[in-house]
Amino acid sequence: MTRIALIFLGAFAAIAMSFTALALLPRMQLSTIEPTPGTTDYTYDEQLGREVYLREGCIYCHSQQVRPEGFGADIRRGWGGRGSRPGDYVFDETHQLGTMRTGPDLHDIASRQPSRDWHLAHLYQPRSVSPGSVMPAYPYLFEVKKKSNVMASEVTVPLSPEYAPPGDSVVVATEEALALYDYLMTLELEPLNDGGAQDAAN
Amino acid sequence: MPDDASPGVPPDVADANADVDWRRVVDASTRWPVIAFVVSATAWLVIGSLLALIASFKFQFPDWWTHQAWLTFGRVRPAHLNTMIYGWISMAGVGVSAWLWARLLKTRLQGRWMLLLSAALWNLGVLVGTIGILAGYSRAIEWVEMPYVAFAFIVPAMLLVVASFIQTLWQRHARHLYISVWYLGAAILWGPLLVIAILLPIYSGIPEATANWWYAHNILGLWITPPGLAAAYYFIPKVIGRPVHSYHLSYLGFWTLALFYNWAGVHHLVGGPVPQWVATVSIVFSAMMIIPVIVVAVNHHLTVVGHFEKLKYSPTLRFVVFGAMSYTAVSLQGSLQSFRYWQEVTHFTHYTIAHSHLGVYAFATMIAFGAIYYIMPRVTEWEWGSKRLVSLHFWTTGLGIGAYFTALTIGGVIQGFQMLNPDVAFLDIVDDTKPWLIVRSVSGTLMTIGHLVFAYLLAQIVLKRGERPEGPTYFHPVPEGTFAHVGGDGSRSVRTPSADQDG
Repeated sequence: MTRIALIFLGAFAAIAMSFTALALLPRMQLSTIEPTPGTTDYTYDEQLGREVYLREGCIYCHSQQVRPEGFGADIRRGWGGRGSRPGDYVFDETHQLGTMRTGPDLHDIASRQPSRDWHLAHLYQPRSVSPGSVMPAYPYLFEVKKKSNVMASEVTVPLSPEYAPPGDSVVVATEEALALYDYLMTLELEPLNDGGAQDAAN
Repeated sequence: MPDDASPGVPPDVADANADVDWRRVVDASTRWPVIAFVVSATAWLVIGSLLALIASFKFQFPDWWTHQAWLTFGRVRPAHLNTMIYGWISMAGVGVSAWLWARLLKTRLQGRWMLLLSAALWNLGVLVGTIGILAGYSRAIEWVEMPYVAFAFIVPAMLLVVASFIQTLWQRHARHLYISVWYLGAAILWGPLLVIAILLPIYSGIPEATANWWYAHNILGLWITPPGLAAAYYFIPKVIGRPVHSYHLSYLGFWTLALFYNWAGVHHLVGGPVPQWVATVSIVFSAMMIIPVIVVAVNHHLTVVGHFEKLKYSPTLRFVVFGAMSYTAVSLQGSLQSFRYWQEVTHFTHYTIAHSHLGVYAFATMIAFGAIYYIMPRVTEWEWGSKRLVSLHFWTTGLGIGAYFTALTIGGVIQGFQMLNPDVAFLDIVDDTKPWLIVRSVSGTLMTIGHLVFAYLLAQIVLKRGERPEGPTYFHPVPEGTFAHVGGDGSRSVRTPSADQDG
């Protein structure tokens, strides 16, 4: 009996310790961090777009963490002006740090590629703007309609003839595609005013 | 009754009949729970394989099935992971564990209705969760994608397993607790605790990421790994017919795993925006994992040394030894991989995908196959239908995972070094990974063929199709007496027409 108690207690103690250290302590340590400059809570549209991002599993190919200077080549690749900080994520209810870069990191995509036309075309058909890309197309975030049926409030996606629908049809972005674009535009790493002191403190 | 301290030691002749008798009773008590879990697991294995193939072929044909939202890569891929982790390997693990638990405690499995209810809830949970992910309700937290409602089935299902196991432990007849019991006992404590801990609604931002990787790595290390090691510790000595190399080492291996493993997972965030101490702690413990790994490796491999010829005959031994060798490889690789420099190169690449498949597939899945080959004839009182198909299963899965691992490891390292060089354009990197991803699709197809063969063999043995095959299934004719200690001469521990004397 004592041996069984020892196994169970030991096993429980082991997991309780690491849970406290790795799941609870970071939460306490980071509970008071300030959002970094430019990091604000999501608007309704941005939140909707974020939900599309979560739902479609963008995380499986795109990370949202720029590696700091001296670790990897993210900054030299132009993926961000600085490494990501915990303060960049304070409004992220579901973290999307990611573990895979089949596609490029997106944490600073808004600075690198702000064009709405580019993003909408890329979501509709990635290969229309990035030849050789293996990203899935998301035609279900768009509608193909007759040009004459497009309302003034709707956003038409400019496409090269090769990928444009035939005849007098055009591709129109749905609310979800536009919201996803809005969300992507929140992914921007503004410079910090502490001159990188936090990198060392981290 | 003699203690089962060394499962490999042949019972002496006087005890032989009593020995066969209690095993027969105990095995029979596990019949329906084991069948329920193993059959369900195998169904998820096939579903998970098809999802994997869809995900993999989308890299060759990115414009294939793009109009169906539920078949987009970003939904199919987590559906694959969740069906494999929570459906296949978890349920196979419980099935194998239930049988081992009863055998090693020399007790009829208690609370069998709880296990049957558990299997039903478990299947419902994974089904709801998988449909949820495909329908767009993913929580988008890696390894915890299934919506909460799925866990409303899975957590009670896990607790039912715990209740049944504790009841069986309470009624045990074995005085000595073999090392496999330690691993299984700890795992059934760890599994539910882990799942409940990650479902707590207290995480967001960076702390959520550390909790996420604490969880994901521990599901692998503390829920999937222990039944794999327990099975290897049981079947290698058992089938070979000699005691495990060192008893004392096995305790050391257990405690060092218990103490070190659960700190290692956050190495997924090395170089990320987490407090530096978190990453450092996980690197330190990842390196310390070398101790339990070497210990287990010594124990498993030195038990096999001198008996390699038996791999030629026994399907169980061949799969389990393949798995045990993969465990050594994946664990040493894991320790190496946590170091900052290698993490800098390989993180964010296909190398990581290769590594995780080496763990969940080449280690845990192959051992599960081997264990099931041993267990099913004893609980169904039937035999495997075809040694040729068992052999086909071994070679398709063995070569499949070999090619898969090799291709993604090489492709991933190339990808990693290219990403470190800002002069290589990103789309060129994507282009250079394409050949390796073709190998992945081909090897995935090979493994899926193996899974279909396995599912067919399992259906045959459960339904007792055809003539009852003569004697145990070995790849080649076995020299007289090689496996006599496990009933390998045809007597088995299950009731056979010739041994059918007691009621």
